[in-house]
Amino acid sequence: MSDSSHRFDEDAILALGLRLEKTAKAAGLMLAGETMTLDRTGALWLEAHRTLVVSDLHLEKGSSFAERSGQFLPPYDTRETLSCLHEVIQRLDPACIVALGDSFHDARGPERLEPGDRAMVAALQVGRDWIWIAGNHDATVREGIGGSYCENVTIGGLTLRHEPSAKVEEGEIAGHLHPCGKVTMRGRSVRRRCFVTDESRLVMPAFGAFTGGLNVRAAAFDPLFPRGFTAHLLGDGRVFAIGRAMLGKD
Amino acid sequence: MPASPLPQRFTDWFASRGWQPRAHQLALLENARAGRSTLLVAPTGAGKTLAGFLPSLVALSGMKRKPTEYRLHTLYVSPLKALAVDIARNLDAPIDEMGLSIRVETRTGDTPSHKRTRQIARPPDILLTTPEQLSLLLAHREAAELLGGLKHIVLDELHALVTSKRGDLLSLALARLRRLSPEASAIGLSATVRQPDELRRYLVGQNPAPVIASESEAIQGQRADVVGAALDCLAADRNDGEAPPMADLVVVEGGAKADLRMLDIERTLPLAGHTAWHSMPAIYELIREHRTVLVFVNTRLQAEYTFQELWRLNDDVLPIAIHHGSLDAAQRRRVEAAMAVGRLRAIVCTATLDLGIDWGDVDLVVNIGAPKGASRIMQRIGRANHRMDEPSKAYLVPGNRFEMLECRAALDAVEEAAQDTPDARIGGLDVLAQHVLGMACADAFDANELYEEIVSAAPYQDLTWEMFEQVVDYVATGGYALRAYERFAKILRGTDGKWRVRDARTAQQYRMNVGTIVEAARVKVRLTRHLRGKPGTVMPKSGRVLGEIEEEFGETLTVGDTFLFAGEVLRFEGLFEDDCLVTRAKNVEDPAIPSYAGSKFPLSTFLAARVRAIIADPFEWDRLPPQLSKYLLQQRKHSLLPGERDLLVETFPRGNRFYLTAFPFEGRLAHQTLGMLLTRRLERARLQPHGFAANDYGIAIWMGRDVSERIAIDSDFAQGLFDEDMLGDDLEAWLDESAMMKRTFRQCAVISGLIERRYPGQKKTGRQVTISTDLIYDVLRKHQPDHLLLQAARQDAATGLLDVARLGMMLRRIKGRITHKALDRVSPLSVSVMLEIGRERVYGEGADEILAEAEAELLEEALA
Repeated sequence: MSDSSHRFDEDAILALGLRLEKTAKAAGLMLAGETMTLDRTGALWLEAHRTLVVSDLHLEKGSSFAERSGQFLPPYDTRETLSCLHEVIQRLDPACIVALGDSFHDARGPERLEPGDRAMVAALQVGRDWIWIAGNHDATVREGIGGSYCENVTIGGLTLRHEPSAKVEEGEIAGHLHPCGKVTMRGRSVRRRCFVTDESRLVMPAFGAFTGGLNVRAAAFDPLFPRGFTAHLLGDGRVFAIGRAMLGKD
Repeated sequence: MPASPLPQRFTDWFASRGWQPRAHQLALLENARAGRSTLLVAPTGAGKTLAGFLPSLVALSGMKRKPTEYRLHTLYVSPLKALAVDIARNLDAPIDEMGLSIRVETRTGDTPSHKRTRQIARPPDILLTTPEQLSLLLAHREAAELLGGLKHIVLDELHALVTSKRGDLLSLALARLRRLSPEASAIGLSATVRQPDELRRYLVGQNPAPVIASESEAIQGQRADVVGAALDCLAADRNDGEAPPMADLVVVEGGAKADLRMLDIERTLPLAGHTAWHSMPAIYELIREHRTVLVFVNTRLQAEYTFQELWRLNDDVLPIAIHHGSLDAAQRRRVEAAMAVGRLRAIVCTATLDLGIDWGDVDLVVNIGAPKGASRIMQRIGRANHRMDEPSKAYLVPGNRFEMLECRAALDAVEEAAQDTPDARIGGLDVLAQHVLGMACADAFDANELYEEIVSAAPYQDLTWEMFEQVVDYVATGGYALRAYERFAKILRGTDGKWRVRDARTAQQYRMNVGTIVEAARVKVRLTRHLRGKPGTVMPKSGRVLGEIEEEFGETLTVGDTFLFAGEVLRFEGLFEDDCLVTRAKNVEDPAIPSYAGSKFPLSTFLAARVRAIIADPFEWDRLPPQLSKYLLQQRKHSLLPGERDLLVETFPRGNRFYLTAFPFEGRLAHQTLGMLLTRRLERARLQPHGFAANDYGIAIWMGRDVSERIAIDSDFAQGLFDEDMLGDDLEAWLDESAMMKRTFRQCAVISGLIERRYPGQKKTGRQVTISTDLIYDVLRKHQPDHLLLQAARQDAATGLLDVARLGMMLRRIKGRITHKALDRVSPLSVSVMLEIGRERVYGEGADEILAEAEAELLEEALA
């Protein structure tokens, strides 16, 4: 009786008359005087600085499960995440790449990298600066893979760190929370990763292939965005801006 | 007269009850004595259970044992744990009355751990259990010792077990039992089935190894050397030549004929909707006129609705109860107990009561909605009057005019005692993976020996050695081309060539994961109270649990929404951890009803063919209710009616859209798959399809361009649209992104142990610990498309949620037999499927009335 008629998810959102701000492949955003582009892959492009930011790669999450809990998830998550990253890098040709923390799922992640995947990271780094920002999962990773390591980075008026700070900070870009937005219409729902912003700070979606999501309506987001927020949901072909009121809880 | 094979004690006991041992009971006894396995096919009330246990009781009564010498003698497996408990009670009577010293115990998920431990140290004579518990026993280190002396294995309700993955699991357990206790014989108990041979093969070992190999050590050794290559040939060759081994067959002929009728309420039924709102007063009248009535419905949603409606009419305050799988177990037990002592006048129930427990005094069965399958309806009818020599009385209540057709077909089928039991299954690879890990937990295994054992199980008789190796590899390290997990292997091959489980943790993981039933994530429905002095806030963690609903439904609720559950109108107050908090709603006119995923059965192939035959033959129409034959005449006048094997395709404009409808009568699942595939083709043909709707009988697709015109220009277009080759690339492409495929994959992932089960009540463990199987699916599909689990999911898709196999059969059937009719408006037949459009969900009691209105409008248009 339910699911007796079908439409593709995105069509459903559009057709059902949601106020969707249709953007091209990527959406623009202004934060602390800096212009940036929200890429549909979940990466952030600071064109003026030729810097690409990706958050929560969680590389080697599959092997982490195998080691710690005996669940053999497909060991292809690192490869998949890197090939997505490869695609964005090719498209945008950044001079600098910032991995915004939790780049590895655990501290032994770099050791477990397959030789092929390790070579791929090295290839991506050729001719580019690469900054690993420390996250809670990989705080102790300081070596074992190329690039420089630090706690946070300042670029222009922007501060890049893994965990969003408790006090409201103008121009902060963080990850950590893996934001997801859910839209429900007539008994059907679409759940996608998203950027969250109140045009003062930005929380980035997780980029890793095996990363789950936390609904933006969860309590964890409330103190970060006391004045409300807009979520930019990653569709298959583009990014959709959706207001808080239209997003469902889990 | 030959001397009775029964000992005097038994003959006396039969006589004291005024009974005579029945022929089939004696036949089973004789077979069991000769060590032969037997399938007993008998209608309900034929003394099936006693027949199944008689050989064990007789054998045990003659044994003189010291208490220390007890060994497990008989194992009984039932699909329902309630049934096992019930049988234990029923066995007490003959054992007590004959003064036998026989110990009978049950072992189910509810058995406390100290009793489980004791059962292994000091086993009873007869152990009653379920397939899952049997698998756990077999994975126990003491399994060989415990089960080695087994003499009989009794499998109850076998027809219901073998059609699912539980049946696969049980077949593997049976194969292991045959090895542990070669002396044991199997007794299968089954209701009437169309193809008893499938069940007969299931009961005994298939693919017997060549005699020569088992006689000579030397040759056995040789075989092991060349086993890799040779076994493949064996697997391929085995089925040629001699007939496969089968258990003996004992059939008890039919008992009294059922007194079965279609309820006629003398008014015109709507063309869609399943709730049968129009028939509620008549059903209530039937309840008043009978002692105890079982009211069967097809979905939990219908159960809630029917229960509510009957109580609305219940001026006499008759004790009417509700029973379905979402309700709290304690609540269900209370209803069952009240029924057993005759305190209830009616129970509204779902398939949970299809099987098993004796209800004693039921004198009428009412089945609301379409019967969907002849076997199902016969099983349900059998719930009334559990005595074989009295007719069971039952009414079929159609919800709409099409269901009248289905009811007619079912009445005919019951009359002829024709059944639609599905064909034998090909064993699931996910189930096999679970079993292989279990066998490693029990003891070190030799791969060749285990393979021999597994292909002796009927569902796995065609399993190739390569496939088996893949499964072992999957269990060991995940079966990935990228050998990343060798270091963490769950089972390891020792220097003796045998596979062993890695550690206690892995064995524990197996035990937590055993079984094949994967339920949608659920939340508890907890009836709570408002906090005094704080309006709008409720107390979490307190109050009674009413049952469980699918988490997905819980998530669509917002505070203040009302819904029907457990026969009450509830107000949603919020989710708190794993609880869905509710209060009793007051004065609510239009509550939503929980939707339950996958709770609807598709129309069986067998019944569908009968429905098509009735439609195709106007001489048959005399037997139909006049409103139905009139409707078919209208269809013939405005369009046409398809022949028995034909497919009718209609195209017509309506509003600013163009419609294509087709009537394959192959069930909702197959139609949804068909709709998806046709939409793709129409898109390629640039006809701009926008969406489709499907029901059990047909599909409707709407599009932006004139499809009638296209068919007029290109006469092969319609034929090409339904060409069998849609099951090729289109299907592959669609499957890959289908949500149902992902759901299927999730089940395989859980059953095979890739991800761990989440139990109700277990707390959600944070966003980064659980991982979505959809993500796993996407990554795996991209990097290793031939992985075992993807193969397993595809195999399931063929028969399960997507019913691809049935769609394939249909496409072959209609090849060259498509009848296209271009119309200028919707036809009477098409109205029925058009009414499905936009029915995303049915809200409350008003929905069907509203549909009826909408339909009246559409029909008027059709007949104008």
